[in-house]
Amino acid sequence: MIHSLFLINNGGDLFLEKHWKSVISRSVCDYFFEAREKAVEPDNVPPVIRTPHHYLINIYREKIFFVSVIQTEVPPLFVIEFLHRIAETFQDYFGECSETIIKDNVVIVYELLEEMLDNGFPLATESNILKELIRPPTILRSMVNTITGSSNVGETLPTGQLSTIPWRRAGVKYTNNEAYFDVVEEIDAILDKSGTTVFAEIQGVIDACVKMSGMPDLTLSFMNPRLLDDVSFHPCVRYKRWESERVISFIPPDGNFQLMSYHISAQNLVAIPVYVKQNISFFETGSSGRLDITVGPKQTMGKTVECLVVTVHMPKVVLSANLNATQGTYNYDPVTKILLWDIGKLNPQKLPNLKGSLSLQSGAPKPEENPSLNIDLKIQQLAISGLKVNRLDMYGEKYKPFKGVKYVTKAGKFQVRT
Amino acid sequence: MSASSAFSDEKGGSSGEPEYGHDPASGGIFSSDYKRHDDLKEMLDSNKDSLKLEAMKRIVAMIARGKNASDLFPAVVKNVACKNIEVKKLVYVYLVRYAEEQQDLALLSISTFQRGLKDPNQLIRASALRVLSSIRVTIIVPIMMLAIKEAASDMSPYVRKTAAHAIPKLHSLDPEQKDQLIEVIEKLLADKTTLVAGSVVMAFEEVCPDRIDLIHKNYRKLCNLLIDVEEWGQVVIINMLTRYARTQFLNPNVNESLLEESGERAFYASDDDEEDEDKKAEEAALPKRKPYVMDPDHRLLLRNTKPLLQSRNAAVVMAVAQLYFHLAPKAEVGVIAKALVRLMRSHSEVQYVVLQNVATMSIKRRGMFEPYLKSFYIRSTDPTQIKILKLEVLTNLANETNISTILREFQTYIKSMDKDFVAASIQAIGRCATNIGEVRDTCLNGLVQLLSNRDELVVAESVVVIKKLLQMQPEQHSDIIKHMAKLIDNIQVPMARASILWLIGEYCEHVPKISPDVLRKMAKSFTNEEDIVKLQIINLAAKLYLTNSKQTKLLTQYVLNLAKYDQNYDIRDRARFIRQLIVPTDKSGALSKYAKKLFLALKPAPVLESPFKDRDHFQLGSLSHLLNAKAGGYQELPDWPESAPDPSVRNVEIPDWSKCTSRKDRKEKKVEKPFYSDSDGESGPTESADSESDSGSRSESASASDESASGSESEESGEETESEEEDEEEEKKKKKRPDKTKAKKPVEESAESEQSSGAEDRKRGRKVVKNQKSASESESESESSESEEEESEEESGEESESDTDIRKKKTPVSKQPPKQSKKESKKETQEMSLLDLDDFEPTTATAPVTPVNFMSSSLVSDLEGLSLTDSILAPTTIAPSGSIKMYELLHRIKGEGLAVEYCFSRQPFSPDPNMVAVQIQFTNNTNSETKNLHIEEPKLQSGMRVREFSEIEVLAAGDSVTVVMGIDFCDSTQAANFQLCTHTRKFFVTIQPPVGELMTPAFLTENDFKKEQGKLMGMNEISEKLSLGEKCVNEHIIVERVTATANLSRVPCGSDKECRFAGKTVSSGCLVLVTVATKEGVGAQLTVNCEKMVIGTMLVKDILQALSQ
Repeated sequence: MIHSLFLINNGGDLFLEKHWKSVISRSVCDYFFEAREKAVEPDNVPPVIRTPHHYLINIYREKIFFVSVIQTEVPPLFVIEFLHRIAETFQDYFGECSETIIKDNVVIVYELLEEMLDNGFPLATESNILKELIRPPTILRSMVNTITGSSNVGETLPTGQLSTIPWRRAGVKYTNNEAYFDVVEEIDAILDKSGTTVFAEIQGVIDACVKMSGMPDLTLSFMNPRLLDDVSFHPCVRYKRWESERVISFIPPDGNFQLMSYHISAQNLVAIPVYVKQNISFFETGSSGRLDITVGPKQTMGKTVECLVVTVHMPKVVLSANLNATQGTYNYDPVTKILLWDIGKLNPQKLPNLKGSLSLQSGAPKPEENPSLNIDLKIQQLAISGLKVNRLDMYGEKYKPFKGVKYVTKAGKFQVRT
Repeated sequence: MSASSAFSDEKGGSSGEPEYGHDPASGGIFSSDYKRHDDLKEMLDSNKDSLKLEAMKRIVAMIARGKNASDLFPAVVKNVACKNIEVKKLVYVYLVRYAEEQQDLALLSISTFQRGLKDPNQLIRASALRVLSSIRVTIIVPIMMLAIKEAASDMSPYVRKTAAHAIPKLHSLDPEQKDQLIEVIEKLLADKTTLVAGSVVMAFEEVCPDRIDLIHKNYRKLCNLLIDVEEWGQVVIINMLTRYARTQFLNPNVNESLLEESGERAFYASDDDEEDEDKKAEEAALPKRKPYVMDPDHRLLLRNTKPLLQSRNAAVVMAVAQLYFHLAPKAEVGVIAKALVRLMRSHSEVQYVVLQNVATMSIKRRGMFEPYLKSFYIRSTDPTQIKILKLEVLTNLANETNISTILREFQTYIKSMDKDFVAASIQAIGRCATNIGEVRDTCLNGLVQLLSNRDELVVAESVVVIKKLLQMQPEQHSDIIKHMAKLIDNIQVPMARASILWLIGEYCEHVPKISPDVLRKMAKSFTNEEDIVKLQIINLAAKLYLTNSKQTKLLTQYVLNLAKYDQNYDIRDRARFIRQLIVPTDKSGALSKYAKKLFLALKPAPVLESPFKDRDHFQLGSLSHLLNAKAGGYQELPDWPESAPDPSVRNVEIPDWSKCTSRKDRKEKKVEKPFYSDSDGESGPTESADSESDSGSRSESASASDESASGSESEESGEETESEEEDEEEEKKKKKRPDKTKAKKPVEESAESEQSSGAEDRKRGRKVVKNQKSASESESESESSESEEEESEEESGEESESDTDIRKKKTPVSKQPPKQSKKESKKETQEMSLLDLDDFEPTTATAPVTPVNFMSSSLVSDLEGLSLTDSILAPTTIAPSGSIKMYELLHRIKGEGLAVEYCFSRQPFSPDPNMVAVQIQFTNNTNSETKNLHIEEPKLQSGMRVREFSEIEVLAAGDSVTVVMGIDFCDSTQAANFQLCTHTRKFFVTIQPPVGELMTPAFLTENDFKKEQGKLMGMNEISEKLSLGEKCVNEHIIVERVTATANLSRVPCGSDKECRFAGKTVSSGCLVLVTVATKEGVGAQLTVNCEKMVIGTMLVKDILQALSQ
């Protein structure tokens, strides 16, 4: 399936290669570079590139291109999903997935890649198993390693692969047994010029951090499970219980994982927490324009809107911006043409406003279109859909765990057209 | 030469890149090459593991950077036998990378692996095989072959998985081994562990994808295992099964697609009479077609893949989606839309692939995605390639009802900054306009407005699209043509200029005044135009010459002359050709007469189609589909067969995998019950019903046991055998069972995993060898319980009569417990399997498995020895004592001759002291025997539990039989609902206990009573005044009434005006104290003290009623 993998940074440097079958020359990447050049933006590189003898399937993540070489028919999503899994594993291991980190930990990276694929077919992708095979680096361990000269390869052989619960290793022990769940909801919305909702839906995930000894069997139930329109689960969740009883029953992996993601569709009414009054105009003469944006609370369910950020992708002709913000700071990057207004907390008494003039490239025709605004925000202790966790029950172990649920609402792809 | 090239490689490789390992060796890059790795070699040769490790780390870092480290091979390969596991691992990494280049040296390492293959540790065996098979050295093919064969029958599934992985490796190394490898694949396909399934199917797909016959026997197993296979394996299996299903089953949409076809034909029929006849023949044939019935195996596949739509892995979701698209009946395909739309939130690469597939699907099944229209709306932040795909989908989804919304969206898109996207949007508008007649004018107007756009690209694109639209109805739009003629001065984009020229030429009759002028202008600029424009100028000239030769004759001549000397041969050719055609000379042939007809013939309007049309002949989700070209190794999706191949090939005779499957079956069934049963009307047959309850499976074991055991032991062995064979039979049986069995729900969330695994064990029905120890244990326990029983009976007095009867009637029930205890002993060793938890067995899973029997097995055989063969079941011997009230469970008429009554025997239910014993009497009033009486699918309130009676195999006509079952009502009067099944029918029945039956007598002294009563004051005390009924004349009658109402015992009391009773609730053991104090005349006071107030209140009510009668 997957023949080889090349990691290429944004500048076009190939800094890691791994082959699972015979070696394929790195010159195959020339086709990729060609496509990369044509695409201008890294986002626009076609995920699948056809070359005379191979197919290149690539993803772009954290400013790194993961380019895999395929020789025969394979579902493209299979490869794409796997490449993302690799990136996630790196993130899980090293805290981030960047070029420097990969270079610094090149041996561990190589060992991971070796374990994750065998002959191009995925072998072990569960983080729990991998961590038993190859221990993630920690400061303490790297110090110990330098002193004792040992490395990160697991001393003991893993058992996880052999158990029926591949995502959890046996013999987990904690002194404090705790289970925390974060219900994170993101609002995807498109608002039109007048502020009416063109389209809105909620994408939610439940992230879990479960640190419990032994083999706890958890059951999470909701007050209003019917709300969820479409769900997808971590493999540990029993589909059947969900389908029959609408409860989430699972033996959790150890540590952090995403328990489920859900979708509340546009059919339901989605509360839009803020409104935006904006007026961006460009003058026909004088190569200038005016900008006036006000943000105010709409349906916030009585909570405070925090971390409010407005991002505007300006037309290319906008050279600079001379604005005045009543709250927060703004920054206009003339290279990327992005205006970023970081507001912070939204005060309903005194609405934040950004006002001022834009100067355009002289002589250039006035831009046809007005840029759309992207809103970013955060509301603590609120799931905007109204989803509520009812209770968490544990079976199979004797102790009493700490339990906690946190709700956060964020803006996802929240766009205001102008 | 090789050395020098290696050197330059080195240099080239390293000079461009920054160094990132601390690699002192490479620091000396300009020192002579052969010395380069000397220090590394030294380190590798040293005795210290830490040095070796350091060296290996550096070497691996070099490999990762793509540098050549092959000259270190001899030094590295020595360390293959190193004890240090870390060094070893890195050496393996090195070996796999370079063995191919240094074949001879690589052979040195082989013996180490061969030794590793024999290691007692399965992980070492597996890793040895993995590395051995990864070394691409042809000489060791026979060794690899041997190793794979051995590993394929290894005990450890992990090693077998590795063997499956090794198969494609060996195959690519030496394709001649194919036949032998297929044998191994065949063997591994029969493997029943989820670990192996994905890998072996992968090997199958790479080595012998055409050997579909290997799948037959494993088809059902694969379907059932699917949900537990790891995600990557799922993708491969689903894709393979899609192809398999296409060869083995009939097209579920066969009737519809025929209708469609004939409908389409009717449209064109007028063109061709022959075809018309064809059509008639077809239509005549149509009614003859048999109604389509879906193969149960086909249904099995659809049903088992559906839950995977909820997977977190996009590839799995896509695989299921394509399976449904290619295999499911039209009405069911819709379920995949939601899941696919969900994937749109994922990474942009995932979106890209999903949108491509959605685009293809949306052409064929537009309705499916219509509800999700808005999910395809475009954001300005989407990458261009995603925008364009979304646009494609939106265009495909457009119809009369939603077109206005879509056009409004398109309007915003046209204003985007992304010009490629704007161009695509304009084309999309054009396509909507051609497809939907109602909006054509609106679209045209909108596009015309765009002609005044400042951006040239936008204008050019609009021109092209307008041209296409105008071709449909040119007469009404001469204004637009005039407007466009004016544009020719400004627009520079060749394609747009060419389009305008073509339009003017084509419709020159509508704009007679302008067209010659345009030609004049173009003639002037002819030499500077692009080729495509030049060709259109010639065209325009020719057309004008034919219609308006007076004005344009000279111009045309001029243009043709220019073209004659053009650099492009196409243009010269065209000019020559047109001159001959239009300018009449004496040499010109007959053709020139028809020149006008040739040029100005009515041209059919172009059809604007999606580029995704007909892409679905590729399997969706495949690379080939994405590229719209066949990729190497692509397996065509076969067409449906005309008639289904023999479905019996999938039957498996020797159900050696029965354990797995039956487990899965059960699980599956559980899940689907509430969810699928309504939608899957025709799915009945495969439904693997009711193996759930023990009694269910017992029905089959009964027949099995008939063969295996005989004589007096038969009952018992029938119990114990619960043989493995049963599953197979069971499955066949299930098929016959009616659909409604599905209405079951999983119960009991409180089940603990341990217990369920115990239950699991029991369900699997292992052939259990009699365990002497536990049997004797249970014996003694049962004896003790017996003696208790006797005591209680003496005390309560009244029932002593029926004592012996009751004991006898217990006999049939006593079969179960001995087995139970054996299970218990096995339980600990049972591996805990997470997913097993799903099939909680409602009865036993939650019951604390106490190995208490109320009759030892020896006693059973003793009783049987008394030759009470059938008469033991005779109604006379088991009639409950008169004081016990019988309730009807199933009326004779409703039960089609089977009458069922029950009573609360007030005996402790020994297998579980927290359960209320319910005695059930079956009477067969029909003329035929009823078989396999058992209970199924209890529907219980949470916390309630049921212990079923063991199955009654045969109930002869006219006979009756009594059994005892236990129910834990949780001290509530909630009813227990369950199904009573015979071999032919199922009846929904309900047992609701009167509150008085929820308790057992408790024996207290007067002092104890008072003490306890003192504790249960206040809220827990309920007293009520009453007037005694006429017959309640003396104490004796009061006692009788109270004990008849509630299962309490009398407490001795000094006063003769008071009667005291005590009991405990069965489930939680709460005390229930009742006092009846008589006063003068008929007055009396009733006091009930009980912690459970609900019970107390209900009891008061009941006793009041009993006493006041």
